[in-house]
Amino acid sequence: MSSTFDTIANIIAETCDIPRDSITPESHAINDLGIDSLDFLDIAFAIDKAFGIKLPLEQWTQEVSDGKATTDQYFVLKNLSSRIDDLVAAKGA
Amino acid sequence: MRLEYFQLIDRIVDINLADRSIGSEATVPTENSIFEGHFPGYPLMPGVLLVEAMAQTAGWLVVAMNQFRRMPFLAAVKEAKLRTFVEPGQRLSIAAQLVHDGSGFAITDAEIKRAGQPICNATITFRILDFPNAAMATYMRKTAVALGLNTEAPADG
Repeated sequence: MSSTFDTIANIIAETCDIPRDSITPESHAINDLGIDSLDFLDIAFAIDKAFGIKLPLEQWTQEVSDGKATTDQYFVLKNLSSRIDDLVAAKGA
Repeated sequence: MRLEYFQLIDRIVDINLADRSIGSEATVPTENSIFEGHFPGYPLMPGVLLVEAMAQTAGWLVVAMNQFRRMPFLAAVKEAKLRTFVEPGQRLSIAAQLVHDGSGFAITDAEIKRAGQPICNATITFRILDFPNAAMATYMRKTAVALGLNTEAPADG
């Protein structure tokens, strides 16, 4: 799996004290790993720093609230990895 | 400080949005009912209120950086260290620095000193939300002015 996923998984494991081998690309950060919104802020901080981006959490949350997206699109880790890759690419463009 | 109104700082003495930093001052009241219980015959400023003083200082920085359009709410306090006692009447200098400006959250480092001596410090996380109502937004602007914070133009310190 991509290095982006590995970085995210390591962040989650360290930040939330979750066994690294229980974190897979198919894991849903909230539904499977039990990460609550406050813990996710710590994860977002670490991700923002690691990749030099700003995860648009408020935008994603609003899209889910409006029914325009599902939580899977943002919080399943393989999808989160893709979103991060897109943000990094956009930053470099 | 006006403890009855949960106002833990007296004035904002410095703010620099470019540097993402802020400084405030606070004088612990010489008398307050809090000291009757904390503690009888040995009045001390409660450590949790020192944490609140740091949070309020850092919070005003977040308010200013959001152009008074959004409200920071305390979400987490980490690595809070209370290094020594603070007594009634003592004058404190509080400083805070924005560490990370996230989407809907902010992380700050804050510290309190007394005559240059470190008193306490903490890393403080805020959730940033829209003001729940116009009255609260108005109250925050009014309080900011009373504390000496310019609410109209960016402050560069």
